[in-house]
Amino acid sequence: MSSVYRLSGLLADPAGEAGYRDDHPERVGFFTDTSVCIGCKACEVACKEWNLVPEQGLDLLGQSYDNTGALGADSWRHVAFIEQRVPDPSVTSSGTDLGMPGIGAPEQPAAAEEGSGMRWLMSSDVCKHCTHAACLDVCPTGSLFRTEFGTVVVQEDICNGCGYCIPACPYGVIGQREGDGRAWKCTLCYDRLGDGLEPACAKACPTDSIQFGDLDELRERADRRLAELHQDGVGEARLYGRDPDDGVGGDGAFFLLLDEPEVYGLPPDPVVTTRDLPAMWKHAAAAAASVAATVVLSFLGRRR
Amino acid sequence: MAECHPVGFQWVIEARNRGAKVIHVDPRFTRTSAMANEYVPLRAGTDIAFLGGLINYVLSNEKDFREYLIAYTNAPAILREEFADTEDLDGLFSGFDPETLSYDPETWAYEGAEAAPAAGRRSDIVGDSPPEHSGPDQYGSGGATIGAKPKVDPSLRHPRCVYQVLKRHFSRYTPELVEEVCGVPPEHFRRVAEAITENSGRERTTAFCYSVGWTQHTVGVQYIRTASILQALLGNIGRPGGGILALRGHASIQGSTDIPTLYNILPGYIPMPLAEHELDLDQFVQEDAGQTGFWGNMRAYLVSMLKAWWGAAAAEDNDFCFDYLPRLTGDHGTYQTVLNQISGECKGYFLVGENPAVGSANAKLQRLGMSNLDWLVVRDLQMIESATFWKDGPEIESGELRTEEIGTEVFFLPAAAHTEKEGAFTNTQRLLQWHHKAVEPPGEARSDLWFFYHLGRVIQRKLEGSSEPRDRPLRELVWDYPCEGEIREPSAEAVLAEINGRGPDGPLSMYTQLADDGSTSCGCWIYCGVYADGHNHAANRQPGSEQSWVAPGWAWAWPDNRRILYNRASADPAGRPWSERKRYIWWSDEQRRWVGADKPDFEPTKAPDYTPEPGAKAQDALAGDNPFIMQTDGRAWLFAPAGLLDGPLPTHYEPHESPVANPLYGQGQNPTRQVFDRKYNRYNPPDGVFPYVFTTYRLTEHHTAGGMSRDLPYLSELQPEFFCEVSPELATERELEHLGWATIVSARTAIEARVLVTDRIRPLRMRGRTVHQVGLPYHWGPNGLSTGDAANELLSVVLDPNVHIQEAKAATCDIVPGRRPRGESLQRYVDSYRRRAGIPEEADR
Repeated sequence: MSSVYRLSGLLADPAGEAGYRDDHPERVGFFTDTSVCIGCKACEVACKEWNLVPEQGLDLLGQSYDNTGALGADSWRHVAFIEQRVPDPSVTSSGTDLGMPGIGAPEQPAAAEEGSGMRWLMSSDVCKHCTHAACLDVCPTGSLFRTEFGTVVVQEDICNGCGYCIPACPYGVIGQREGDGRAWKCTLCYDRLGDGLEPACAKACPTDSIQFGDLDELRERADRRLAELHQDGVGEARLYGRDPDDGVGGDGAFFLLLDEPEVYGLPPDPVVTTRDLPAMWKHAAAAAASVAATVVLSFLGRRR
Repeated sequence: MAECHPVGFQWVIEARNRGAKVIHVDPRFTRTSAMANEYVPLRAGTDIAFLGGLINYVLSNEKDFREYLIAYTNAPAILREEFADTEDLDGLFSGFDPETLSYDPETWAYEGAEAAPAAGRRSDIVGDSPPEHSGPDQYGSGGATIGAKPKVDPSLRHPRCVYQVLKRHFSRYTPELVEEVCGVPPEHFRRVAEAITENSGRERTTAFCYSVGWTQHTVGVQYIRTASILQALLGNIGRPGGGILALRGHASIQGSTDIPTLYNILPGYIPMPLAEHELDLDQFVQEDAGQTGFWGNMRAYLVSMLKAWWGAAAAEDNDFCFDYLPRLTGDHGTYQTVLNQISGECKGYFLVGENPAVGSANAKLQRLGMSNLDWLVVRDLQMIESATFWKDGPEIESGELRTEEIGTEVFFLPAAAHTEKEGAFTNTQRLLQWHHKAVEPPGEARSDLWFFYHLGRVIQRKLEGSSEPRDRPLRELVWDYPCEGEIREPSAEAVLAEINGRGPDGPLSMYTQLADDGSTSCGCWIYCGVYADGHNHAANRQPGSEQSWVAPGWAWAWPDNRRILYNRASADPAGRPWSERKRYIWWSDEQRRWVGADKPDFEPTKAPDYTPEPGAKAQDALAGDNPFIMQTDGRAWLFAPAGLLDGPLPTHYEPHESPVANPLYGQGQNPTRQVFDRKYNRYNPPDGVFPYVFTTYRLTEHHTAGGMSRDLPYLSELQPEFFCEVSPELATERELEHLGWATIVSARTAIEARVLVTDRIRPLRMRGRTVHQVGLPYHWGPNGLSTGDAANELLSVVLDPNVHIQEAKAATCDIVPGRRPRGESLQRYVDSYRRRAGIPEEADR
């Protein structure tokens, strides 16, 4: 057994890495296909109902139809709405123009000139349940832990509210609850998983934009969907967080997006914030050693 | 649809993923538009011009489904010489009386057919403000009776055949006209026209889904007629993947028309009898039952209903208690009722799950009516505005009403939610779906069934011993549902069993078993069979994977568990499927019956070559190739020779309030619309004081007038307050700031809203003219967690003549930055607009 706990890089079995026996369940996750998200926010409501997440206040944000704003202690699902003006309604009026065989005359330039085309992107964001989860790495109490399903969960009865996990998350997912002080985030409905149920958000999603399942299978499904969309001419479709080789070792909750991640408020190239910790410790140790050596030398010198 | 029916919209997404093309036509860019392959913005209130343009495209390019058209529609029927079209009379049809602002439909009849007697008789009910008469919703689902089968010209060449009349009527609805009226560029229109026609015919079908964006207009009925004509021309009715699908406002609105909460129909679309006209059962049945088609059996349907209501008391010798039925004395629709409250004629009011102080057009008129009652009963989940207007409504704030001067005694009774009671929801596909009680209702909350059953029981007890003849209908009413549990909840299933009906051998299984001799009882003939064999078929939940693709084992559809109405039209006149791809119901020569995945909406053993004997009645009068079995001629009506009060064909009229003149005709608006020009209901003239179009709508996050959402934190935080949506161009023109405040003004009042400036609302260019539209979600009122002014304060009451529906989806307004005045200054502020617009001022000085 390797004595070194891996903080970054390829890792096929985070639950096994965390010490679960080989017969632990398959790693599960979410594949959120934003090309079929209708922005109904049923995921936000179902999540709050199931997990008893408190209301976060009535505040008209003016960010299109998004009045949730961001993920946080009281919002474990967040649907982003992005309004984009596009030049040509016939090509991009739909989030996913399926590129059906063209009907009718080719596009008139006049329509394009108007620039009146519109695209409204919607995407339900959630904790990514990273393969390499910095929040978990930095948690001093062991409140954050890796479950047998490979997901990352905060234990509310252990969290002491130190807040280290909050800046550690490369996605800004975790928040500290006001008047409570503890850190809260998506549990991927750990309690439901134990009973063989899918998470509340996925259950409530009417269009199957949020799909729950074994991560390996979801990745295959996402690859197929991406190929379909590319074949249908939706060249801008891309997967986000699917790659096990990325800065967090791949996300347990990954996405099919129709634009750059930044457009959705997602970091373009997230890196587990503890990736450089071993190197940092090495540098720190070297620095400490050299300080100690200098001190020793100085004492030695004095004796002379 | 994605906005208001997100759960149903999953099937649209599924269809799209399987290659269906989704086209969304709407004044605003919604969540549906975001998912559509094609989004077409148009000016609110112009859909007849848009759909008429599609009809013209179909006709002038001969894209119609010709065999279907000739065999199954009235396209070949020949009209009278006297008929004159809107093209001849500059926007009017023949038969218009400028005195009464109504039509005599005699000239609309088929050549050689008798004049339509029903329409003439029905239209003589006039309310206090002409033209306020009752309309085709009183004909039952079969439409008006026509005297005889038409003469036809199958070649469609006769100049007076419906096909030619239709062609001429819509000939000026060109892509250029569509642009001028709707603001849709011609190339965009053509793309839609080509997509729809290429996706219709033998091999393919196209479906239309609509909601109140089509119905809430002074020409609301004619909107649906336009879509019907288009779908009938393309052969998209009675076939899988076709149809015109009405999306309902909330759960079981279909059910509440089937078992109606409407004043003018009885269960199963049987018309409500008229005072003075329909004195006995024979007379009623003779006048209203279609002589041919299934309505020919109306006596059996009605007698069975009377037996369900009055049981043993209903007998042959007393006309089965036909006399006990209430009678219509005029328009008793919701808006007329409000006017009657204000004038003091209507003294009491039940509001059951309805919040008119927020949800109805001209909300102030609603509150003024409710302030002038003896009593008001509000049954709801929350303390809605309609229960509290007397102490904290906008009129209290403005000083127009004083609590101590309002005499209405208000009773608030907490209601049980759908999860706290059992019952059936009937959805738009006519599916009855049973829901079970999940939890007991909290505290004193009770189901509507509980309330009405026990109310009826108490009233019956109070009337015990009465010898007044007027009390007999109540005393003799069969009112004996078994009650269960601590709260004595009546059994919903017992009610369903009564609706299903019973015969000498127990529960009935189909409406064809109903008899007119009193041997059967049935609460609603179209629901007969839902409780066949004593089993609750509405509760059937066979998984899709365990049955055919038509899924007859999921719940129960009326009538007779048929999933597509008029599905005889899915086969050609000889009974063969139009194509393999679209096969659904067809005639089997071996079995001598109609077969397929669904039940035939046709007599199962009537052969395609069946020809009726002369003088045949009811369904026997329909031939083996007449799929539209509820129509007296068995055909889909492109042209409605009877039954409509505002014309046999749809015609583009401008909304009652519009910033533009009608480019098509001298007649600007529907000449027969119901207008109520009076204090508190003044109209915006088209003179520039109110230069913008506004439309009202819903958001996913809230439910109608807010009674089910504005008190819930999880929903309220998602859309926390009232806002208006404007384009960046209008924001610039009126100096409106994103997230700032705007005041929106009509001749009725002024309201305030936060501003969302968005590219989703766009100015429409209509041949050199730009029209701005303002979007107003209508969920809010002063009560609850999420609050704001009610958008419906701005609307006037002006109605479609046929069904008295309000024009809520297109009106005019002004919009200016900043918050509205408060208190008495609000009235003075609106008066300044009225003065400029040249209409009477209202503030009391």
